[in-house]
Amino acid sequence: MKWFGSLIFGCILFVSNSFAAGSGDVVLKHKDWSFSGPFGTLDKSAMQRGFQAYREICASCHSLNYIAFRNLSDLGYSKAEIKAFAAEYEVEDGPNDDGEMFMRPGIAADRFPAPYPNDAAARAGNGGAYPPDLSLITKARANGPDYLYSLLTSYKDAPGDKEVPDGMYYNAAYPGNLIAMPQPIYGDDVSYADGAPADISSIASDLVYFLTWTAEPSLEKRKRTGVKVMIFLLIMVGMSYGAMRFIWSDVKKA
Amino acid sequence: MSADKFSNPVVRWIDHRLPIFSFMDHELNEYPTPKNLNYFWNFGSLAGVSLVIMIVTGIVLAMSYTPHVDYAFQSVERIMRDVNHGWLLRYIHMNGASFFFIVVFIHIFRGLYYGSYKAPRELLWILGVLILLLMMATAFMGYVLPWGQMSFWGATVITNLFSAIPFVGDSIVTFLWGGFSVDNPTLNRFFALHYLMPFLIVGVVILHLVALHRFGSNNPIGIDPSGPQDTVPFHPYYTIKDFFGLSVFLTLFAAAIFFFPNFMGHPDNYIPANPMQTPAHIVPEWYFLPFYAILRAVPDKLGGVLAMFGAIAVLFILPWLDRSPIRSGNFRPVFKIFFWVFFADCIALGYLGGMPAEGIYVVLSRVATAWYFLHFLVILPLLSVIETPKPLPQSLSKSVLGGSAMAGAASAVKEKV
Repeated sequence: MKWFGSLIFGCILFVSNSFAAGSGDVVLKHKDWSFSGPFGTLDKSAMQRGFQAYREICASCHSLNYIAFRNLSDLGYSKAEIKAFAAEYEVEDGPNDDGEMFMRPGIAADRFPAPYPNDAAARAGNGGAYPPDLSLITKARANGPDYLYSLLTSYKDAPGDKEVPDGMYYNAAYPGNLIAMPQPIYGDDVSYADGAPADISSIASDLVYFLTWTAEPSLEKRKRTGVKVMIFLLIMVGMSYGAMRFIWSDVKKA
Repeated sequence: MSADKFSNPVVRWIDHRLPIFSFMDHELNEYPTPKNLNYFWNFGSLAGVSLVIMIVTGIVLAMSYTPHVDYAFQSVERIMRDVNHGWLLRYIHMNGASFFFIVVFIHIFRGLYYGSYKAPRELLWILGVLILLLMMATAFMGYVLPWGQMSFWGATVITNLFSAIPFVGDSIVTFLWGGFSVDNPTLNRFFALHYLMPFLIVGVVILHLVALHRFGSNNPIGIDPSGPQDTVPFHPYYTIKDFFGLSVFLTLFAAAIFFFPNFMGHPDNYIPANPMQTPAHIVPEWYFLPFYAILRAVPDKLGGVLAMFGAIAVLFILPWLDRSPIRSGNFRPVFKIFFWVFFADCIALGYLGGMPAEGIYVVLSRVATAWYFLHFLVILPLLSVIETPKPLPQSLSKSVLGGSAMAGAASAVKEKV
């Protein structure tokens, strides 16, 4: 047990070094997102496009465990559309009266089925690298939206002095610059129904909108409530200040 | 206090048998309070309100939280997504911890500057330090509950500190964990204790208030009120002032909750705990960073742990380290300089605790740690002997009027020295 304690203590002292070394190589692109700032809102059509891009590009490896089909109403889809989306998936249910598990078409209350049955299968299918669940990804990385956007658009040829091992790819936005995920977007990977541009950065941006929503479906509501609460509190500050001055007026002069 | 002062017969009947109304009238209404308190005296009531906010949101959150390694992270996300206004409750609780510490740290520095720990308020101060300790334990265990990466690894690192204790260290760690690593039993007991400890804090807060009301608040001048002309009744003068302070506090608090709720958190805690994968950079919550810096500054593990706990322990004996009879830093020109140096030292420790332990940061951490202890153990005892204080005003009223310093009071003080 002692060695373990020492190991952990060593972690505090020295692991930070590798962090400092890794973060030095990261170049993030900054974009002005519509959801930033106190009055920020999520762009519904961008989220719908991002949802399409997720299904057609990301979903073959990345799960979306915390999102149920019913949540898609936030994106502006009708009940009928949501039912139709859900029905496209086969979901395992059961056990039935015979004790057997069975497959049935998805319903609105189901969560997105994961592409792999478990973590080990996900690793095995991706050369040992684990494709993380994307539900919370924009909150689980520093500067999440910018990071995700940069990651998706920063695949390039490695500089001459950087050796890229087999099964790894060069990415200017990834800590350490070597990532196991091959370039996912090349442009025109999806054809949007609304005719929006489908170049690399547009698709990446749409995905950021969609995944910012999945990370915090209450984001818009939070900011809208916040503005009302702030107005209320600022009035309360003003009134209580006035009341305080009034009550204290006979003391200060005494 | 006679019950006659209440006109309502029901109140009178009850008060005669259970003098709760007299008690409230005495402690919250007519309670004489120095009339020269500045805004730094708002932070005690703000800390009390913060505690209530944390307990109320915490109890409601516990109704939807599952303390199990397989479900804890999921249940927190369920609160964020599917529980009505769960996101609001959780963001209030999460940011409330940070704001509670901001308020309490300001409250403590107020006490340090104005000498609120000096006779006859030593026990009041010691109870306050005890509250700080309980808060730290509660906050640490609360941070473990969402079972994210930082929860897990923070718990692993901090509980491992106890293994530094000679001979019995490893057994103590096993005992804390309820097993041989941070796992489900650890999460369960941390949840149980996280629910319990706020109520212990309430108990100590009540004692803190009893001790406070024995001699009343200290004040920026640091001399005792000489009579009714120096005080005002607590209500309405300080109830309204505390209410105004509360409004400002809630405004800043709401801005954090609604517009940058994750600013004071760590993104890694939105990744479910994974015992097989160490995060690149394990950092505690910001309010622990000064103590974390002290822990890392000492090259020896046991030494680091002792220094970290010593940093709190030294606060317990502070009333006997600073022997100067002058309470307020306003009248201690040399102390005042060292107070601000010490304040800067604490900020520096906080910054250094968040930096990687390498190169210049290690050296700076050691200097800052040494200064922290030097301030309490050498500078304060020395200053109480060699410093010549400025003359004190004769009374609070005079100072409120902007009256000149009185030579008589100063000579009286010198006799006491």
